Amino acid sequence: MSWILAHRYLVLRRLSQAGILLLFWLGAQMHMGWLTGNLSSSRVLRTLPLSDPYAALQVLATGHPITSTVLLGAVLVAVFYWMVGGRSFCSWVCPVNPVADLGRVIKRRFRPQGQLPLERQARYGFMLLGLVLSGILGVAAFEWISPIGMLHREVIFGAGLGLLVIPWILLLDVFVLRHGWCGSLCPLGAFYALIGQISLLRPAFAAERCDRCGDCVRVCPEPQVLHFDRLDVMGFVGAGECTNCARCIEVCTRDAFSFDVRPGYSGVETATTES
Amino acid sequence: MSGPGLSRREFFTNVFRGRNLALAGTGGAVWAQLVEGQRSPILRRRPPGARAEPDFLATCTKCGQCVEACPYDTLELATFGEDGTGTPSFEPRKVPCHMCPDVPCVAACPSGSLVPETAIEDARMGLAVLSDQENCLAFKGLRCEVCYRACPLMGKAIELEFRPQERTGKHAFFIPVVNSDACTGCGMCEHSCVLEQAAIKVLPHELAQGRLGSNYRFGWEEDPVISKDFDPSDSVRPDAWQDNTSKVLEALDGLEETTTP
Repeated sequence: MSWILAHRYLVLRRLSQAGILLLFWLGAQMHMGWLTGNLSSSRVLRTLPLSDPYAALQVLATGHPITSTVLLGAVLVAVFYWMVGGRSFCSWVCPVNPVADLGRVIKRRFRPQGQLPLERQARYGFMLLGLVLSGILGVAAFEWISPIGMLHREVIFGAGLGLLVIPWILLLDVFVLRHGWCGSLCPLGAFYALIGQISLLRPAFAAERCDRCGDCVRVCPEPQVLHFDRLDVMGFVGAGECTNCARCIEVCTRDAFSFDVRPGYSGVETATTES
Repeated sequence: MSGPGLSRREFFTNVFRGRNLALAGTGGAVWAQLVEGQRSPILRRRPPGARAEPDFLATCTKCGQCVEACPYDTLELATFGEDGTGTPSFEPRKVPCHMCPDVPCVAACPSGSLVPETAIEDARMGLAVLSDQENCLAFKGLRCEVCYRACPLMGKAIELEFRPQERTGKHAFFIPVVNSDACTGCGMCEHSCVLEQAAIKVLPHELAQGRLGSNYRFGWEEDPVISKDFDPSDSVRPDAWQDNTSKVLEALDGLEETTTP
């Protein structure tokens, strides 16, 4: 019980990830209409459209128009993740996240040597590359190789070789590049990180409680976002690369972290609720 | 994105380092190769109303809502390793398209890759081709007609053509003939063919059909048009020969003048 309390957000995240996958699976296999389609495009209760905004951008980059349905869906998703923190997608929805987390556990246990150095910023390059290649190849380039899409589709619509992305990502993350897929390569994560730069919900940081023990940095999958000098000044985790996974909130013995609205927006927030 | 204390200039010189450019180049080449390697399959049967293949591939979000909407479980998304990863198609020999009048797959498509409000008779999923006349029972003189009767547009998309049977001298061949202006490519014929391998198959149009050059004019079809358009006075005046003759004579005169001493 105390374990569950100490890992309450982790449990909630796994429930969220599994629940979304289950709803999609029920939609595809049992024709239950709560959520039909997949993370690329879907409909809630067969009416409200949702679409992956980065995929929509890639289609636009091919020079093809997108339909009003896809546009509306993409805007809804972008606005949603602007509210709950861009990369909340990564830690609460994306099916690759449990794989990457497993990779981190394995890596911590075996500590293999000889890691490839690749900056975390490389992902923004790959995000742009995805758009450029879409323009050159005439198809949404990332959607054709996305391990997220493959894994997700093949869990929902029927398994094939796409499930191989699980061992691939594990091998990559453990032996080649630390937290490699989610941390340095994934263009979709990079896209949501851009939204996360200005998103509303963020871990707030109470500087006076922190004793610099560093537990949060050790447990954070993107430790570069926990830069204490900046945290002291800003009072919250501002960097878009934070996935709102809340491991820092759980692990901190002095409760220095908590979810809150990004300070710059709190005024806007009250203004909109009053009007 | 730039770390603390990193100026804009430092950030950009960091980004455009040779190592990063090499990484982007190599990564981009591998990435492009991965995409190109799984381009469209040669033999594909797309859902009804699918746009021309390049447009279809560019716009399809691989969401599978058409798959979910199909009441007959006809459509499948290609898994990784199959060409066109994630895009929908069907295998008529397994489950053909049942040509639902309300076309639920098209209605479910959010991206317009299946052209909205396509009437099912206007769908062109492919074209049925009687590809193996050597094994088709009808060509052996047997009364099969199964594809003809399975066709939802019987008598329109597949007709029977009667030809005299010389072997017996008193029977007829009942030859199934596909009309491309009616066939939707639903695959009912391929599905129902009684052979172990179907003798009639749905093929993509560019595989199944030839294309006539625009220069061809068939007299028996266009004769009246040609004779109406053709006016000899447009090209040659009746007295035009005289212009040329006088020019030639003049030239010859000049030649004689210079050569005679």
